Amino acid sequence: MGQKVLLKGNEAMAEAAVQAGCRFFAGYPITPQNEVPEYLSWRLPQAGGVFVQAESEVAAINMVFGAAAGGARCMTSSSSPGISLKQEGISYIAAAELPCVIANMQRGGPGLGNIRASQGDYFQAVKGGGHGDYRLIVLGPAYVQELYDLTMHAFDWADLYRNPVMILGDGILGQIAEPLDIRPYRPIAELPAKDFALTGCAGRASRVVKTLILQPADGLVHHNEYLQQKYRRIEEELSLYEEYETEDAEILIAAYGMSGRIAKGAVRRARQKGIKAGLIRPITLWPFPKEPFRRAAERVSRILVVEMSSGQFVEDVQLASECRVPVEFFGKGGGWYPLDTEILEIVESMQANPSVWATRKD
Amino acid sequence: MATFTRPRTLKETITHYCPGCGHGIVHRLLAEVIDELGIREKTIGTAPVGCAVMMYDYIDCDMIECAHGRAPAAATGLKRVHPDKIVFTYQGDGDLAAIGTAETIHTANRGENITVIFINNVIYGMTGGQMAPTTMLGQRTTTTPEGRGMHGEGGPIHVCELLRSLEGVCYLERTAVSSPSDVLATRRAIRKAFECQIAGKGFSLVEVLSMCPTDWKLSPDKAVKFVNHEMKTVFPVGVYKDK
Repeated sequence: MGQKVLLKGNEAMAEAAVQAGCRFFAGYPITPQNEVPEYLSWRLPQAGGVFVQAESEVAAINMVFGAAAGGARCMTSSSSPGISLKQEGISYIAAAELPCVIANMQRGGPGLGNIRASQGDYFQAVKGGGHGDYRLIVLGPAYVQELYDLTMHAFDWADLYRNPVMILGDGILGQIAEPLDIRPYRPIAELPAKDFALTGCAGRASRVVKTLILQPADGLVHHNEYLQQKYRRIEEELSLYEEYETEDAEILIAAYGMSGRIAKGAVRRARQKGIKAGLIRPITLWPFPKEPFRRAAERVSRILVVEMSSGQFVEDVQLASECRVPVEFFGKGGGWYPLDTEILEIVESMQANPSVWATRKD
Repeated sequence: MATFTRPRTLKETITHYCPGCGHGIVHRLLAEVIDELGIREKTIGTAPVGCAVMMYDYIDCDMIECAHGRAPAAATGLKRVHPDKIVFTYQGDGDLAAIGTAETIHTANRGENITVIFINNVIYGMTGGQMAPTTMLGQRTTTTPEGRGMHGEGGPIHVCELLRSLEGVCYLERTAVSSPSDVLATRRAIRKAFECQIAGKGFSLVEVLSMCPTDWKLSPDKAVKFVNHEMKTVFPVGVYKDK
C-alpha cells in the first residue's frame, strides 16, 4: 500500500509515468490534458528525466520517436485534434516497432469541436489512425486509480511487444480528482533487452532504425506479415475487461471508459428495480475482448451499447457478439455524456418491450 | 607518405547517387570528420526523406531514418536522452526549409546541442525536380515551368540568414562543393560544427550548396558552373554566425 493522495486524472497519469521509469516527455498544450505537461515539467527533472515543450504535436511525437529509438521510456499526451496531428509519427513508431506511450484525453469533435469529454476518436485509436496496416495497443480506463495502474502497465506492454500503446481517456477522466493510491511500479513481466536502441556503436556493429523497405521487392510485404503475426500474438495474450452482474443478466450493457463507469451506475439502479441488467466494460480496446461478448451473446436477450460518440465502439460489440442478439445503441457525439438515469430509462423500456428496438439517438 | 584511403565511417559500397551529385562528396567529408574527431562510436545520425534517405547504407554509425522534415525533432529526442552522444541531422532543402521549417527554427531556437548538415541544391531531387523552398527566382522546375516568380511562389529562403537572429544558434556557415577549395572549406565547416557540439555550445548548421545535374538537366561540369556562377550569387558562401 502506497501513499494516498487526491489527484486529477491527468496528474495521476503523469505521476504513474514517472513511477514506471518514463524519463522523456514531449508535448504541446491542448485542453483538456494540460495538467500532464504542466505536472511533468517539474516532476520529470526531479526524477532525472527530460521534459520538452514542443513547437507542435508533430514535433512532439517525433521527439518521442527519437527518444524511443534511443532506448528511453518515453511518452507524449494530447487531446483529439492534437492526436490527429501525431498520426504520421505514430505510424512511423509502429512501423519501426519502438515502444512508447501516447495518451489521448479525448474532446468533442470533429474539427476544433469543443473541450467537453468525448469518445469520438475510438475508430482512430483502434482501427489505425495513421497510414498503413498497423495496430496500437489501446487502453480505456474509467477511474483515476485505473488510469494510474494502466499507465504503468502501458510502459511494460510497449516494451514487451515493442509497440506504441495508447491510453484512450477523455476530458472527464483527465479533469476528475479522486483519491489515489500511489502504488510503486512493479514490472508485469520480464522485459526484453532493448537491442534496437541507438546508443552509439561502441563495441558493436552500427544499428539503423528505419521504416523504408525497398529491397528486396517483397521486403515490405514480409515486414507487414511479421507485424501482423505480432498483432495476432498480442490479441491472444492481452484482453482486459470488467464484468459486473453478468451471471444472470438478460439485458447486457456494453460501454467503456467514462460511459462504462456511468453505465455501471445504471446497472446498479436497474438491479434495485429488479431488472436483470449487467455490464461488460472492455479495458483493452485493442485487442478487443471478444470472448466475454461471445459468451454473453449465448445468454442475454439484448445488448445496449452506451457510448459518447455517434456510434463507433458499437461496431466492435456487434462483431464480438457475432450478431446473435440485437445490439441497441445509445450515444451521441459532440461532447455529450449519458446520465445513469437516462440509461436506466432505456433499459426499462427494453425490459417492457422485449421485441421493440429501443435505439435512441436523439 | 600519406595515401588516399576510405574513411572508416564510410561503408565500402557503391552509392545510388547520380553522376555529378554532391551528396557523395559531403558523405565523404562527414565520414572524414567523424574519423578525425574519433567520435564514430558515440555518434548517432538522422537520415532525411529525400535522395539521402538511405545514407545509413553509406555512413557506418548508429542512424535513424526520420519522417520528412522531422529529423531535428527526432534528433532532439535522441540528444536529450543521450546528452553524451554526438547527434547530427543531414537534410535537404525541402526537408529542412519547407515541410520541416518549424522543426528547424525551434530546434535552433532551443539551442539543441546538435549539428545539422543542410544540402541546398535548390530543387526536390528524389521526386523529380519540383520547386524547392530555395529554388531561385526565374529558375525552371517541373512545378514552375515558366520559372519561379516573386508573385505566387515567393523568393528563395535563405536559411543561414533566417537562423542568424536566434540566440540558441552558435555556428552557421554556408559553403559549396563545386571546386576543390570549396570542398576543403566544407570539410573545415563540418569539423567546426561538430566541434561546437562537442564543446556543448548549442545548435550548429552547415549549409552546403550542392549539385543536382539530373534534375537541373545539366551535365555534371555545367552543374558545377551553375553552383559557382548562379547559386553563389543568390546564396553567398561564408560564416553567418560564430559565437
